[in-house]
Amino acid sequence: MLAKSLQAKKSELSKTEKQLEILSNGFFKDGSLPTFANKLKGIDQFPLRPNKIEILQINVGYMCNQVCAHCHVDAGPDRKEIMTVETMEHILDVLKTTSVNTLDLTGGAPEMNPNLRWFVEEASKLGVKDFIVRSNLTIILANKKYHDLPEFFAKHNIHVISSLPFYKREKTDKQRGDGVFDKSIKALQMLNDVGYGKEGSPLKLDLVYNPSGAFLPTDQMALEKDFKKALKEDFDIDFNNLFAITNIPISRFLDYLIASDNYEDYMNALVEAFNPKAVGNVMCTNTISVSWDGYLYDCDFNQMLGLKVASKEQHISEYNEASLSDRDIVISQHCYGCTAGSGSSCQGTVA
Amino acid sequence: MEKTYYDPSDLKKFGKISEWNEELGSKFFEYYGKVFEEGSLKAREKSLIALAVAHTVQCPYCIDAYTGDGLKRGITKEEMMEALHVAAAIRGGASLVHGVQMMNKYDKLSM
Repeated sequence: MLAKSLQAKKSELSKTEKQLEILSNGFFKDGSLPTFANKLKGIDQFPLRPNKIEILQINVGYMCNQVCAHCHVDAGPDRKEIMTVETMEHILDVLKTTSVNTLDLTGGAPEMNPNLRWFVEEASKLGVKDFIVRSNLTIILANKKYHDLPEFFAKHNIHVISSLPFYKREKTDKQRGDGVFDKSIKALQMLNDVGYGKEGSPLKLDLVYNPSGAFLPTDQMALEKDFKKALKEDFDIDFNNLFAITNIPISRFLDYLIASDNYEDYMNALVEAFNPKAVGNVMCTNTISVSWDGYLYDCDFNQMLGLKVASKEQHISEYNEASLSDRDIVISQHCYGCTAGSGSSCQGTVA
Repeated sequence: MEKTYYDPSDLKKFGKISEWNEELGSKFFEYYGKVFEEGSLKAREKSLIALAVAHTVQCPYCIDAYTGDGLKRGITKEEMMEALHVAAAIRGGASLVHGVQMMNKYDKLSM
């Protein structure tokens, strides 16, 4: 398990310019692999344009109780970036006046933002259609003050989406840290106890699977079947859907790919699996990502690469639905991660 | 020419064999694709059989391909190793069962 973030280790790869340079050089520069832009041109989809903006994905801070080996946020206990109430108020204003109907809270561990509960209460009053909190599960057991989160989420009809890389201990702990699997199982049971993921219950509990290594996810339905069977038989756990998410080659996962000499093969696999059908439904076509300090991005990955929206207004305080709907989406080679195979988004496959 | 017999990057070029015989190449890949579709056996089970056979025919391309395929499908390393022991048992057994032939011959030649 990594003890520190790339940022705290002062790794070269914590710099966004370095990551973007790697993603544009080598076999993409010499033309042996097509750039993402060229690939889109080949199917007449360049520049990539948004549809109706329905989802605000809000990164409420990079602080996390875990330091996962694949984390694209480079989150961890040493990250101090936390969204303020002022920024949250701007988001509430946007909710009141735009076509956004889904809120998707992520982090870090979103629960570690001290203003999270206030924000959930306020946003709930505005009648959000789908209110998601992405929970790493272990946070629920990390401290006494988080033990009542399942009840809090249930009270506000929060849609909980949780990461669980695998239904077996070894692979989960290898990616997310020792002891993570057992705590995750306990947290899932606590969520089940208040009604999450149970048949007929309105409380939705989805799981996120991402490969624990340099390979792409396979068929989401087949994996969901395996997860459901194993978690039910071994731990009596119920959940709604499994989302298979491809690891995007940025930040810590990029660091891992390079260190393990898998980068070239992985990028080749992503390019080879390019699926034109996935392009039309990638999440940047209906989502705006908001960072802890209120800036706007096409997705959480672009946020981590420091690539702000190509729009005149780039901050939540000046959110302009019309100009955001009329922007070109900023792309680089990491975007191949969302168009490989059945496609990948924060809601799982897209094609 | 390369100085080694095997180059991992050759695996991606497998499709090129059709360039020198389009008809047979295409027929082979069509057949190959069909074989690995879900049928009476699950795609997962076929992947494990492929991995075991890959070790039996000692094909490094196939070992790379079906180890990766197994990981994608959530096949565990314990399942992979068990599949290999099935291959090893059959290989070992195939040698040893010929021992009966040896024994028959020995007995026939001996007074």
